[in-house]
Amino acid sequence: MRELYAHRDSFIHQRSAKVKVLFTFAFIIFLNLTPHASWSAYLLFLILALALVLSSRVGLGLVLKRSLFALLFVLAAIPLVFTGSDLQRTLVLPGGLRIAYSLSGLSRFASIGIKSWISVLVAALLAATTQFTDILKALAGLKVPKLFVAIVGLMWRYLFVITDEVRRMLRARSSRSAFALNGRRAGGSLAWRARVTGGMAGSLLLRSIERSDRVYAAMLSRGYNGVLPAQEVAPLSRQEWWILGLGILLLILFWGLAVFVGG
Amino acid sequence: MFFSPLHPMHIPDGFLSVLVSIVFWVFSVVVIGIGLRKTSQTLGERQVPLMGVLAAAIFAGQMLNFSVSGGTSGHLLGAAIAAILLGPWSAVLVMTCVVAVQAVLFQDGGILALGANLFNMAVIGPFVSYAVYSLLTKLFKKQTWGLFVSGFAAAWVSILIASLSCALQLAISGTSPANVAVPAMGLIHMLIGVGEGLITVGAMAFLYATRKDLLHIGEAKPADSKGVVIVGSLIALILAILSPLASSHPDGLEWVAEEHGFIDAAKDAFYNIIPDYTMPGISNPAIATIIAGIVGSIVVFVIAYAIGRAEKRGAVQEDAQR
Repeated sequence: MRELYAHRDSFIHQRSAKVKVLFTFAFIIFLNLTPHASWSAYLLFLILALALVLSSRVGLGLVLKRSLFALLFVLAAIPLVFTGSDLQRTLVLPGGLRIAYSLSGLSRFASIGIKSWISVLVAALLAATTQFTDILKALAGLKVPKLFVAIVGLMWRYLFVITDEVRRMLRARSSRSAFALNGRRAGGSLAWRARVTGGMAGSLLLRSIERSDRVYAAMLSRGYNGVLPAQEVAPLSRQEWWILGLGILLLILFWGLAVFVGG
Repeated sequence: MFFSPLHPMHIPDGFLSVLVSIVFWVFSVVVIGIGLRKTSQTLGERQVPLMGVLAAAIFAGQMLNFSVSGGTSGHLLGAAIAAILLGPWSAVLVMTCVVAVQAVLFQDGGILALGANLFNMAVIGPFVSYAVYSLLTKLFKKQTWGLFVSGFAAAWVSILIASLSCALQLAISGTSPANVAVPAMGLIHMLIGVGEGLITVGAMAFLYATRKDLLHIGEAKPADSKGVVIVGSLIALILAILSPLASSHPDGLEWVAEEHGFIDAAKDAFYNIIPDYTMPGISNPAIATIIAGIVGSIVVFVIAYAIGRAEKRGAVQEDAQR
C-alpha cells in the first residue's frame, strides 16, 4: 500500500514539472558521480534533499517510509565488506567467531547505501509533489517520443481500472480456494495453485485485449485518427529557469567540493 | 493503492556507476525506439490503446501470486507471456511502460539505473523469451504439449538470463563481487523463474482453451522475427558463458575492490575488462561452472518436458471425460 501524489500548496508543488524532472535527474547524476567516501558532500546532498522535503510539506515520514522500501537491495553490496583486498580488521562475533573485514570495503558499502538512500528520497519527493500526468507532459516537452508518452498516458488511465479487476479476481479466488483455514491449506498441490494463478493471468490478459478493442472503438468514435491532440506545455518562465539553474549550480558545487577538495 | 512485488531485479540508484548506467540507457533507448517504429507499422492506430491497456494489465497482473511455502510466493513478471502473445517488439514496449512507471512513481528501481533495468527486464526479457519460444516450438512442431514446454522454458530462461545481466552490471560497477553476485542472483532467479514458468504455462493453457487464435499456432512468423531470434539467442548465449567466467575469475574484476575514484574505476572497467575476457585462460572452475550451467539447463528442460507431458495427459483425460 503506497500512496502516490500528496497534494499540498508549497513552493515545490508550484514549480513546473519540467523543472522538477530535470532537477531530480541532475541531483541523482551528480550524487552518483561523487566519489566514494566523500562524507561531507553526502551530508550536503542529504541536507539539500531533506530541506526540499520539508519545504514541500508532504511530511518527512511519507518520504522516509518510501525510501526504506528500496533499501533492501543494499544486501547486494554487503559482500564488499568481506571481500576487499585489505582484510586487516577482524570482527569478533558473540560466539567467539572471528571474521576478517576490510575497512575500504566497509566505506564503499556505506557510500553505496547512503547514495542509494538519498537518490530514493529525491525520486520519492518528485512522485509525491508532481501529478503523473504533469510528469508525462514534461517528458513530452523534453523530446520523449509523443507516441510513447501517449501509451504511458493510456496505461496510467487504465491502471486503476485493471488493478481493481485483479483485486476482484484475487478475492474471488481466496473465497473459493487456496486459502489457509485453521492451519490447513486448502486448494490442491503446488502445480495446481500455479495453474490456477496462470489461468487468472491468462484471463486477465484476454479481458485486457478485449478491453483494448473497446477502448479503440470508443476512441475512433470520438474522431481518433492515430494522433492524440497535442498537449500544450507552457515554456518555462524566466523565474523557473533561474530556479533550475541555481539548483543545478548548487549540485555542481557539492560535487566539485567532493572531487577537488576531497572528503 | 498499488502493489508491486519486492523483486530483486530492480536495481536502485547508487548501485551502478554513472558510466554503466549511461551505456545501458543508450542501448535501451535504441531498442525501444526501434520497437516504437515497428509496432507503429504493424498496429497502426491500434497501437496506443492496445499497448497502453496491456501495459496496465501486466503491471496489475504482477499482483497475481500463489503461495509456495513458508510465506514465499510465486509471481508473474510477464515478459514471456507478453512476448508469446504480442510478439517481441510489442512486448518490449509493454515491459518498458511497466518498468518505467515502477521506477518513476514507486521508486522500484532507480531513475539513473532505469536504463539498465529496462535493458534487463524490457529488452532481454522479451527478446530471450521470444527466441527460446520460437526455437523450441519449431523443434516440437505440431505437438500441443510442445507449446507449453516452450512457454515454460521461455519464461525460465529469460528470467535467469536477465538476472545474470543484472549481476554483471553490479559487478562491472564494482558494487557486488562477480563471484558472489552471479551465483546468488542466478540461484534466486532459477527458483523465481520456475514460478514465472508455471504461471506462463497456466495462462497459455487458459488461452489455448478459450482463444486459440491468440497463441498464433502454426501462423507464419513475421519476416523480421528472425533477427530477434538471433539477437535473443546471442544475448542468452553470451551471458550464459560470460557470467560463470566472470564469477570464477574474481581477479579479473579486481579493480572493483580497489579504492578508486569513480572516474578511475570507470576507465579501468573498460580497459581492464577486455584483456581479461577476450582470451581468458579457461581454468577448470570456469569449465566446471559452464558445465554446471549446461546440466542445469538440461534438468530444467526435463522438468519442462515432464510438465508438458502432464498437461498432455490432463488434456487427454479431459477429452475422455467428455
